[in-house]
Amino acid sequence: MTTETKSGAPITRLYAFLLAFLLCSVALIARAVNLQVMETEFLQGQGEARFMREVEIPTRRGNILDRSGEPLAVSTPVDSVWVHPGELLQSPEGIAPLAEVLNADADDIERRLTQRSGREFVWLRRRLHPDTAARIEALNLHGVYLQKEYRRFYPAGEVAAHTIGFTNIDDVGQEGLELAYNDWLQGKPGLKRVIRDRKGRTIEHSEILREAEHGHDLSLTIDRRLQYLAYRELKRTVLKHGARSGTAVLLDIASGEVLAMVNQPSFNPNQPSMDSDGLRNRVVTDVFEPGSVMKPFSVAAALEAGLVQPDSPIDTTPGTINVSGHTISDHHNYGPIDVTRVITKSSNVGATKLALSLEPEQLWDVYKRFGFGEVTGVGFPGESAGVLRNHRRWRRVEQATLSYGYGLSVTTLQLASATAALADEGRLRRPSLIQGAQNPAVSIMDPEIARQVALMMETVTGPEGTGKSARVTNYRVSGKTGTSRKASAAGYASRYIATFAGFAPSSNPRLVCVVAINDPSNGEYYGGLVAAPLFSTIMTGALRLLNIPPDNYAGLIAAAEEPLKPEDADGGVR
Amino acid sequence: MNVRILIVAVLLIAVIGSALGVVYTRHQSRGFAVQLGELENQRDAAIAEWSRLQLEQAWLADAGSVESKAREHLGMKTPEELHILVVEP
Repeated sequence: MTTETKSGAPITRLYAFLLAFLLCSVALIARAVNLQVMETEFLQGQGEARFMREVEIPTRRGNILDRSGEPLAVSTPVDSVWVHPGELLQSPEGIAPLAEVLNADADDIERRLTQRSGREFVWLRRRLHPDTAARIEALNLHGVYLQKEYRRFYPAGEVAAHTIGFTNIDDVGQEGLELAYNDWLQGKPGLKRVIRDRKGRTIEHSEILREAEHGHDLSLTIDRRLQYLAYRELKRTVLKHGARSGTAVLLDIASGEVLAMVNQPSFNPNQPSMDSDGLRNRVVTDVFEPGSVMKPFSVAAALEAGLVQPDSPIDTTPGTINVSGHTISDHHNYGPIDVTRVITKSSNVGATKLALSLEPEQLWDVYKRFGFGEVTGVGFPGESAGVLRNHRRWRRVEQATLSYGYGLSVTTLQLASATAALADEGRLRRPSLIQGAQNPAVSIMDPEIARQVALMMETVTGPEGTGKSARVTNYRVSGKTGTSRKASAAGYASRYIATFAGFAPSSNPRLVCVVAINDPSNGEYYGGLVAAPLFSTIMTGALRLLNIPPDNYAGLIAAAEEPLKPEDADGGVR
Repeated sequence: MNVRILIVAVLLIAVIGSALGVVYTRHQSRGFAVQLGELENQRDAAIAEWSRLQLEQAWLADAGSVESKAREHLGMKTPEELHILVVEP
């Protein structure tokens, strides 16, 4: 038997095999140690990369709400369609029905896809109508996919377009408050790791790497009803007078909150065009020479200097005055009047005499304290500061013209905020558009002087004032008219800005409204004829909507005590 | 000797038990993940529906259309001065 033969060959073979096996197992163990210990990280990473995916958690942009929670800007998901060019071009017969649904040219789509055939992702159309999206889904084409995206809607449309602004197609704020508060509204997309199977279905959420931070809602101080009212009336006035543009702003005196801020011309924020003229929020971005609406402030400076009292006499005869070779004139010769009537009648001569009796610094200081020449701090992008030159560089004639509102430029909002300070016994507040803003009042003037000026402003809507059409039935109204000629390259042109700045009710001021109509071209251009009626309609509606009690119902009582006319006999309230 | 066998047996059972436990909780967590996904989808759908309803409400309650409906269809108007009753506090 071969096993029993004592030849050396089998033994050698046995050892050889043993050695070979030993070497093999050493190699295996070495490799195993290498894989398990040395390269685990790399290999595990590679393995996980085959099925682990990091997925973005989308966030929703916050809504913009008005002061009572009514939506002014809302994001809602819509579908966008994208294609994988390679996949779709493999079966090009799908392009024709797709083009039909999208109402586009099939050849055009095919050309676009062929140009981009190397890519894996091409937007075809974004933000589809829900019906169109449903039809595309029904086509069930290979290589055509729908992606949920958020689209921003502005239910108030053009009424609040300038204040709110709009976003671009990637939901980033471009104008207005959408731009100013973009970070607050936008939120931060989260990131999660999921396990997916071969077909791309998520089978397990493994961990959340970063929580999604949803966008926050933004509550404005705007009241949608007042905004609408102001917009409608402003638009009507601008059309009626053939004006180039117009602005109106309504402030709550006690808090500095902006209740309405409207502009003409406007645009539709749901489909913004890039025509920049209508996009500006003129209330805060555009400056103009205010004209006579500045007189209450220059008179306040004269009162503060202690040189005059409201009943101090001023002789405006003969209705003109010469300052350093320039003639300043009134509409009529008002003769000898008192300081109050300078406001009532809007006398340039009277204002000039008062201003020239002051040191330049005194006038400048009062204007500065009321916030002219500085941004109001309302937090709106692109706000203008206006221009108020330092008093050291004033010439004498400038000091005179500044008293009736020429030689400086202001925004409508500055004028509103300054008028509110006069109405509130000399307490200036920073106007705000966002609810919850802290607007501590700063006392900038002796309350007694502010009260005196406010009383003078009430005479403007009185029987002899220039602003009779600013009256509001059953309420006492104070204000000041302004008509300023627009400066152009060739000096002052016969183009005008009609303004009215006022507040009501006079006995306990609650609301300030400032309106400015730029370049009315249908004949009338006086502030008292163009701007004052607009002020009156806005104020009437606002006082009624906010349930502010009337402070002048002598007229009501008289009307109720009159015998009822026959046709009113059934419906009359006595 | 018997004590050792007992310890080994107990440990064996414990290992098998915990293995089964792992399998079970794993299964459960998958189930919950699916449920979570469904609920998240439901939530997103509800948010979407809510935003659409808000928009619809805003459009229907638009001051302009309410005003024209009130004036034209219902024949309403702002009361005249004579019909206003002032209550003095």
